[in-house]
Amino acid sequence: MSILINKNSKIITQGITGKTGQFHTEKCQEYANGKNCFVAGVNPKKAGEKIFDIPIFGSVKEAKAQTGATVSVIYVPPPGAAAAIWEACEADLDLVICITEGIPVRDMLLVRNKMKAKEAAGGKKTLLLGPNCPGVITPEEVKIGIMPGHIHRKGRIGVVSRSGTLTYEAVAQLTEIGLGQSTAVGTGGDPINGLKHIDIMQAFNDDPDTDAVIMIGEIGGPDEADAAVWCKANMKKPIVGFIAGVTAPAGKRMGHAGALISGGADTANAKLAIMEECGFTVTRNPSEMAKLLKGLLK
Amino acid sequence: MKIHEYQGKEILKKFGISTPRGIPCFSVEDAVKAGETLGGKVWVVKAQIHAGGRGKGGGVKVAKNPDELKMYAKAILGMQLTTHQTGPAGQKVRRLLIEEGADIKHEYYLAALTDRVTQRVAMMASSEGGMDIEKVAHDTPEKIIKVFVDPATGLTDAQANELARGIGVPEGSLAQAVDTFKKLYTCYMETDASLAEINPLILEGNGNIKALDAKFNFDSNALYRQPEIVAYRDLDEEDADEIEASKYDLSYISLDGNIGCLVNGAGLAMATMDTIKLFGAEPANFLDVGGGATTEKVTEAFKIMLKNPKVNGILVNIFGGIMKCDTIATGIVAAARETHLSVPLVVRMKGTNEDLGKQILKDSGLPIIAADTMADAATKIVAAVK
Repeated sequence: MSILINKNSKIITQGITGKTGQFHTEKCQEYANGKNCFVAGVNPKKAGEKIFDIPIFGSVKEAKAQTGATVSVIYVPPPGAAAAIWEACEADLDLVICITEGIPVRDMLLVRNKMKAKEAAGGKKTLLLGPNCPGVITPEEVKIGIMPGHIHRKGRIGVVSRSGTLTYEAVAQLTEIGLGQSTAVGTGGDPINGLKHIDIMQAFNDDPDTDAVIMIGEIGGPDEADAAVWCKANMKKPIVGFIAGVTAPAGKRMGHAGALISGGADTANAKLAIMEECGFTVTRNPSEMAKLLKGLLK
Repeated sequence: MKIHEYQGKEILKKFGISTPRGIPCFSVEDAVKAGETLGGKVWVVKAQIHAGGRGKGGGVKVAKNPDELKMYAKAILGMQLTTHQTGPAGQKVRRLLIEEGADIKHEYYLAALTDRVTQRVAMMASSEGGMDIEKVAHDTPEKIIKVFVDPATGLTDAQANELARGIGVPEGSLAQAVDTFKKLYTCYMETDASLAEINPLILEGNGNIKALDAKFNFDSNALYRQPEIVAYRDLDEEDADEIEASKYDLSYISLDGNIGCLVNGAGLAMATMDTIKLFGAEPANFLDVGGGATTEKVTEAFKIMLKNPKVNGILVNIFGGIMKCDTIATGIVAAARETHLSVPLVVRMKGTNEDLGKQILKDSGLPIIAADTMADAATKIVAAVK
C-alpha cells in the first residue's frame, strides 16, 4: 500500500501539450508503471490527437468518461490554472495535483471556497495537492510530478514537505542508508493550498505499509503546528521533524509565497518547539534527518 | 509589491473611500505650492517611504503656518528616515505628501488580509486606531473584531455592521462606516491586494469617516493583470540587488552574514542558510536559482553575491533533479572564471549525474572545495574563511 496514489492509478494530464507538461509527462511515463497510469491528456484545441501515445480529450469530464481516470495533474500556466483545478473538481475526480507555480492568491482563494461549497452541498469531495508543489510519488509504482524518480526506493518511510528540493534531500538521504519510501509528498509553497501536513500525516498513520515519517516544514503559517498537535494525540508512528528558515528574517518572503513570517507563532524556532513538545524527534541539522529516523526504527 | 501612502489613497478614492485632500511633492517648492493650493490653516507634511513607523521616526509633522510647512518640508525631504522597519541605515525620503489637516474625533483601525486557515479574506477593525496593531493584538485582543468573508457573498451588511458596532462607531456614522468597510473589501479583491490597512481610519467632528493613512501590499503573482498597480512601483524603495536578481529570474534576499549561498529551491535554500549558522557562520543572502540554473544565471548569481563586500566565502548547494549536476558544474566553473572568483568556494552537488559534475569541477583546475553533505559543506566553508 501507499497513500494517495499507487500503480493502479489512472491519471489525466491537464496542460499536457505545453512545454513543461510534455517534458514531465514523458519522464512520468518512463517511471515504473507510468505507461499504464497516464491514460489521458486534456486540451480543447487538440482533442482527438495523441501525444506520447496518450489520447487527448476536449475536457476533463470526457477524459474521465472515456478512460475511467480518477486523478489529474496540472501543468497549466498560472492565469488558467485555478480554472483547471475547478474543471477537475466539477468532473468529480478523487485527487488533483497542481504543479503550477505563480497562481494569483485570489484565484486560489476563490477556487478553494467553491470546492468547499460544493462539498458542503453534498457534492463529491475532490482532494487537491498543491499548487506550486513537486507532486507525489509512490516509489517503483508511479510518479506524478516533477521529482527525479531515480533517487527513490520502494520502502516503508513516509516523507512530507512543502518544498521540492528539500523533499528530494530527505529521500536521497533515506535511500543512501538503505531505507525506502512508501510515498513522498510535496504539499507546495503557496499560502492558499489544498492538502496540508495534517492531512498527509493522517494518511501515513492509517497506511499499514508506512512505519515512520520524516515531516519537513518551513517558516510561515500554522500548518506544521496544527499537524504536530494532531500527531501528539493520534500518531502511532515515530516522526523526525525539521523546519527550514531559522535564519530567515521576519517580514521577508523567502522564495515561496507562503514562506513569510507574519507573527511570533510561525517562526522556525516556534514550530520546532511545538513539534518537540508533541513528541517529534526534531533536528536543526537537515543533513541528519535520515540517520535520526533510522535510530527510531525498532 | 508595496506602494506609497499617497498612491494607496488614490486607490481608496477610486473605490469611493473618503480621504483628506492631499498633493504628492518631490521638492520643497512643490510642497509650498501644494499648501497654497490646498488652502486652510493646518497642513500635514508626510514623508513617503514604503516602511511603516514614519511618525515616530520624525517623518510626519503638522504645520500651522506656511513657514512651518516650508521648514518641515525642507527637513524631511532628503532625510535618512529610520523606523523599526527600515533597518539601522534608514531610507532616504524622496517624496512628500502635503495634506489638509483633519478634525480627529476618534481613531479606528481597519484592515483586510488573506487568512490562510479559513482561506478567506479577514476584515479586521479596532477601536484602538493610530497605534501599533500588533501591540493591541497582544495586550488587548478583545479590542480587535474580525470577520471572515465568503467570496460568494462579499462582505455582508450584517458583517460590516458587526465590525462598525464592535469598534463603537456612533449611530449617526454607522451607515458611512459600513459603506467604507464594504468598499475596502471590494478594493482588496479587485486590486489583488495581500494587505490593505487603514490606520487610522478617523471619525471627524462632523461625523464623517475618513482614511488618514493607507498601506497596501499586492500579490506579486497577480501583477500581470494589474498594470495600474505596477505603474505605482517605486524602484528607489527596493533593494537594488534584489531588483537586479529578479531580472534573471533569481530569487535573492540580502542578509547580514558573510557566507554567500546559491541553492536551487526555496526550502533547500533556507535549510542551507540554517546549516551555515549551525556550523558557526552567518548566511549573507537567500538565493534560489530555481529549476533552470543555466551558466548565465549562475554567473549573474555569483556577481550579485560578490557585490556584497561582507561576503568572504561562497557555498553552492544544488540538488540535481531534472537539472543535471554536470550542466550545473559547467555553469559554476564558467561563473568562477568570469567573476575571477577570489574567495573560497565550496560546492555540494547531489542527484542526477553527480559523479560527472564532480569530475568537471575537479578538472577545471580551480580551487573549488567539494563536499558530500550540507553539513560537510558548511563545515568546510566555515573553516576556509577563518
